Amino acid sequence: MSAALELRGVSKRFGGLVATREISLSVMPGERHLLIGPNGAGKTTLFNLITGDLAATSGAIYLFGADVTRLSTRARVHRGLARTYQVLTLFPHETLLHNVVLALLGMERGLHGVWRPLSRRIELTERALSALTAVGLAPSAHRIVGETAYGERRRLELAMALAQEPRLLLLDEPLAGLSREERERVRSLLEKIPRSVTVVMIEHDMDAALAFAERITLLDRGAVALCGTRAEVAADPRTREVYLGV
Amino acid sequence: MSAQFWLIQTLNAVAMGGLLFLLAAGFSLIFGLMRVPNLAHGGFFMLGAYLGATALDENLPFWLAALAAALGVGLLGAVLERALLRRLAGNEQGQVLATLGVAFIIADLCLMTWGGNPLSLSPPAWLMRAIAIGGFFFPAYRLAVLVLAVLLAVLLVALMEKTRLGAMIRAGVDDREMAEGVGIPVSRLFTTIFFLGAALAGLGGVIGGPILSAYPGLDTDMLPLALIVVILGGIGSIGGAFVGSMIIGFIYNFGIALFPNFAYVILFLPMIAALLIKPEGLFGRVPQ
Amino acid sequence: MSLRCSAARSLPALGLVLLLAVLPFILPGPFYIAIAHQILIYALLALSLDILVGHGGMISLAQAAFLGVPAYVYVGLSARAGLSPLPAALSALAAGTALAGLFGVLALRARGLGFLMITLALGQVVWGLAYRWVDLTGGDNGMRLSARPRPFGLDLGRPIPFYYFVSVIFLAALFFLRRFARSAFGASLRGTRDQPRRMAMLGHHVFRIRWLAFIYSGFLGSIAGVLFALSFRFISPQTMTLQQAAEVLLMVILGGPGTLAGPLIGAVIITLVKTVVSSYVARWYTVLGLIFIGVELFLPEGLVPGFARLRRRLGAALLARRRPA
Repeated sequence: MSAALELRGVSKRFGGLVATREISLSVMPGERHLLIGPNGAGKTTLFNLITGDLAATSGAIYLFGADVTRLSTRARVHRGLARTYQVLTLFPHETLLHNVVLALLGMERGLHGVWRPLSRRIELTERALSALTAVGLAPSAHRIVGETAYGERRRLELAMALAQEPRLLLLDEPLAGLSREERERVRSLLEKIPRSVTVVMIEHDMDAALAFAERITLLDRGAVALCGTRAEVAADPRTREVYLGV
Repeated sequence: MSAQFWLIQTLNAVAMGGLLFLLAAGFSLIFGLMRVPNLAHGGFFMLGAYLGATALDENLPFWLAALAAALGVGLLGAVLERALLRRLAGNEQGQVLATLGVAFIIADLCLMTWGGNPLSLSPPAWLMRAIAIGGFFFPAYRLAVLVLAVLLAVLLVALMEKTRLGAMIRAGVDDREMAEGVGIPVSRLFTTIFFLGAALAGLGGVIGGPILSAYPGLDTDMLPLALIVVILGGIGSIGGAFVGSMIIGFIYNFGIALFPNFAYVILFLPMIAALLIKPEGLFGRVPQ
Repeated sequence: MSLRCSAARSLPALGLVLLLAVLPFILPGPFYIAIAHQILIYALLALSLDILVGHGGMISLAQAAFLGVPAYVYVGLSARAGLSPLPAALSALAAGTALAGLFGVLALRARGLGFLMITLALGQVVWGLAYRWVDLTGGDNGMRLSARPRPFGLDLGRPIPFYYFVSVIFLAALFFLRRFARSAFGASLRGTRDQPRRMAMLGHHVFRIRWLAFIYSGFLGSIAGVLFALSFRFISPQTMTLQQAAEVLLMVILGGPGTLAGPLIGAVIITLVKTVVSSYVARWYTVLGLIFIGVELFLPEGLVPGFARLRRRLGAALLARRRPA
């Protein structure tokens, strides 16, 4: 069985600055994988390399056994990749429902029509509504994103990614900035993601992240410092060293 | 076609390149620092030509007419930056369209003041002759234009590389946010750079006068040339503007001489090639 | 409720149809009827540009090319090659649309202001070709069309039939654009305007969406171009100058990008002001420049959205006053 995600010696340099250095990593299908590391360790850069937002300076990236290093973001998405963002990038002037509909439209192959009104595509609206229902946002479906609370937007990010029925889901700090109550809510949503979806997550909330993840990669200054099971990484002195500077 | 033809055309081409450099250097600096393509830049060039023509009519010596026109257009540029563009700070789209509005007003007021007939500017008397080099004769004025352009290019590079002002401008072009972060008063540089860029364009108008003359439409003839030079040479780079100007000078001149019907198309081919191969320009960095 | 809703939404459209229908009977003479159909042609061009500016967030200064090139093709094929009107018109539309496809490939290499610069340059290339390639275009003297066609016995040479001919095409285009704005493609295009990178991450083909927007915009603009040729029966490089491109852009920005009414209202205002100003003083371009600067300084979002916001604010103020009672 090929890995859901495999990185082979992936490096990214911005001019003289090395953002990631020779990263190799393998995530098996169904796995819950956690990326940790101090700020500036290169975690979000790594996500951008996996999605194709940034081009790797060297190395190769494989999705489900296929080399996608030279493929566009869009092509990777159509191979089953989806992500959420740490800094929310939603469509603020549209309704929550419309945001999810845009996510669904992105998965359609072929050209979008210019004649049939979007509102009359009932099946699209229904699928978007059920995606919103799954994250508990159905009552807010027709509200404008700009007028909703931060916690609701975080859940909308999740709904958009899940609506695309990905096989590999990248979550960039899904719990950041949430209240205790909202955090519990998102945690239980994450628990419910089916095992057919492989999840790679960046998260600073260690309690939640450790409960969720099976394997953990510790990044430090752009390189893999440590990679192993939850117990191995938690017990390793280097984890404390990197985090606490001991 | 004789060797004389090719040599003369080559000189014409580098002289045109020199004029384009005067136009494009300021355009490139303004774009690099303020992130705004100044669409009134062709208007600055034309206004310089007309002011020069008037100054020459008043029997001012050529160098004084050129200086006066440069100063006048430079001041206009500084005033525009202060009075108009500053009010639209942060709205780059609004700034561009405002400079387009200014371009129309300059064009119309020039037409009103100087009328629709082309005005020719005579070069200084001591340059109104041909110089013999190796058995070939070259118009002295065009040689002088080339010398002046090279001189100004060297001066500008020295200004950018050796002075404190130049260092601040370079920092602002490279990364405006970073420059502001380390305490460089980037927005105060805007007026300076607009004065400098407009003055260079105005100077270019007078220097170019004896070759191109001053006529309605000179502005919209020159503006696209400045755009192409900058697209080719990269944004905010003096060296890039110089090389780009020379390339375009050659293509423009030989294009018109050899294929008059298609001069414009031939002119834009290098721009298209540059875009397809290297979108950030030959010498430029990717604009943020 | 949905019936009443759609009826309320159709009310302005119905009003517009009625207005266009009775206008020739209100206007005092053929001169004014001609101005009315010219306004509709410019409004159609402005609406076509709004696909790029309003829905796509791409400010183009090349739209005058879609007025000029199809007009040149139509006049050239009719007057010089003796082609009959329908094939000439179809060829003109095909040429304009193909040009849009080419412009799109080149201009979409850049974003934002770089895009604007490239469109300006492309517009000037086309102008330069028309101006310099005298053998083909007649240069500055332009080309003339001897007469308007008479399809199905309808004499388009007379002012009122031609006005209705333009009106019907304009309304059809407006109806298409209304559907366009609400379609899946329209939604995707606005998505690429607001969050292009996110759209790619959602699986959208951002380049293709923008390029198709060019095609639609060029096609609609080309219709305006053929109507322009029929209206003036004359085409010259003047139709494709930077000033002409800027005028159309100003119609969109003044009226309000991304709205159906905005470009129409912008076209009405700019064309009327131009006609009035030009008949008293020769200073139209100064006025055009001043309007540009004024709009950017005081009305950056355009008339229609600005007015809508004002109305919402007034409505909210009225509600707030009523509530304590």
